[in-house]
Amino acid sequence: MVAIVDYGVGNLFSLKCSLDYIGAKAAVTSDEADLDAADAVILPGVGAFRDAAAKLRGSGLDKAVVKNARSGKPLLGICLGMQMLFEKSYEYGIYDGLGLIPGEIVPLAGYVPAELKIPQIGWNALRFTQEDCPLFKYNKNGDHVYFVHSYYAKCDGAYIVADTEYGAPVTAAVAKDNVFGCQFHPEKSGEVGLSILKAFCEMG
Amino acid sequence: MITKRIIPCLDVKDGRVVKGVNFGGLNDVSSPVELAEYYNKSGADELVFYDITASAEGRKLFIDILTETASKVFIPLTVGGGINTVADFDRVLKCGADKVSVNSGAIRNPNLIDEAAKRYGDQCVVISADVKRVDGVFRVFAKGGRENTGMEAVGWIKSCVERGAGEVVLNSIDTDGVKRGFDLEMLAAVCDAVNVPVIASGGAGKKDDFITLFRTLPKVDAGLAASIFHFGEVDIKDLKTALRNAGIEVRL
Repeated sequence: MVAIVDYGVGNLFSLKCSLDYIGAKAAVTSDEADLDAADAVILPGVGAFRDAAAKLRGSGLDKAVVKNARSGKPLLGICLGMQMLFEKSYEYGIYDGLGLIPGEIVPLAGYVPAELKIPQIGWNALRFTQEDCPLFKYNKNGDHVYFVHSYYAKCDGAYIVADTEYGAPVTAAVAKDNVFGCQFHPEKSGEVGLSILKAFCEMG
Repeated sequence: MITKRIIPCLDVKDGRVVKGVNFGGLNDVSSPVELAEYYNKSGADELVFYDITASAEGRKLFIDILTETASKVFIPLTVGGGINTVADFDRVLKCGADKVSVNSGAIRNPNLIDEAAKRYGDQCVVISADVKRVDGVFRVFAKGGRENTGMEAVGWIKSCVERGAGEVVLNSIDTDGVKRGFDLEMLAAVCDAVNVPVIASGGAGKKDDFITLFRTLPKVDAGLAASIFHFGEVDIKDLKTALRNAGIEVRL
């Protein structure tokens, strides 16, 4: 079973549907016992970092996510869920993340050329920066995925498995051992996205 | 680089696609779910469902359709039509919509944009504007293009973006249905005024109209159309291939 962590942020309907569609057994849950019993965990998220991090902590599920990740269970953070895997974010202040991957979340503004629109909204191409990331075993370089974001993960290249070109290389996916993250939305990225979710679920 | 998006728009009334559909292998399909699946397979980058139902039963059907589509089609879904309150946002977002487009609802109560953007994020709120030239000035029209609000369009759209709208759909009433190309002059005026994605709507009649759109106005992010896709005059896969051959980046 794949546990989708429900900590009161955003809409988990499409994510749940996408996992059902690929035949993965998925449960939307805010129960720590479900996370412990799961074969893999997905941490979703939309909105602002501060609010989401506060809700995750308030629910007490932050510790459950970290505990399960440390036990070696596959964890996938999606969009803001990916950003929360890092140490801290500079979105409207400075806020602590879960610290599972070294690095920080910083604005696209000032990093990408000024004429580009922020947020980056739309389909952009994946460019693999490492070979053989198990998350992308069904994909090829240049596959398009759907992004909606104004901040990005700035971290050691060792943790970046794919980036995307938005006037500058922008972190698209990260991995550190059993912990994975996608800045884009696999549940909204058509067949390519479904294959990424399938690859993740197969790790569990 | 980020690709240009091609977006078919489905007008839904009482659970069916208005006007029906007629093209190769898909004769008279009026099921929005079936059509959404077809467009997804042919490479649409996003779908817009526009609810033009007036009745309560129709609204219920619309929600059922949205739910079923979201469980079968995994690309972004935008919903518009009859969005007047934050509760309306909530109703469609829960059923799988990713973005919600507001038009007359925002004209009646511009604070709707602020409230929705605060609750769901800017990326979720799309301002859709029906615009027509009146004595040489771009004016915003309400109620499906029937009523001149008297508001100057570029200023109105800019104010909506300042309130938190994360995307603009600009529908030119002047070019809508004429099929001689998008309203480049109107689009240029809006693109110069805002720095969020702008979706062009109204006037596409053939593939070349999209090529001209993106070549002339590189700041336009997407092209939206309805009947030319529904009636098979333009096939989305062919269109995207033609765009790529013209040097415009698309997802294929």
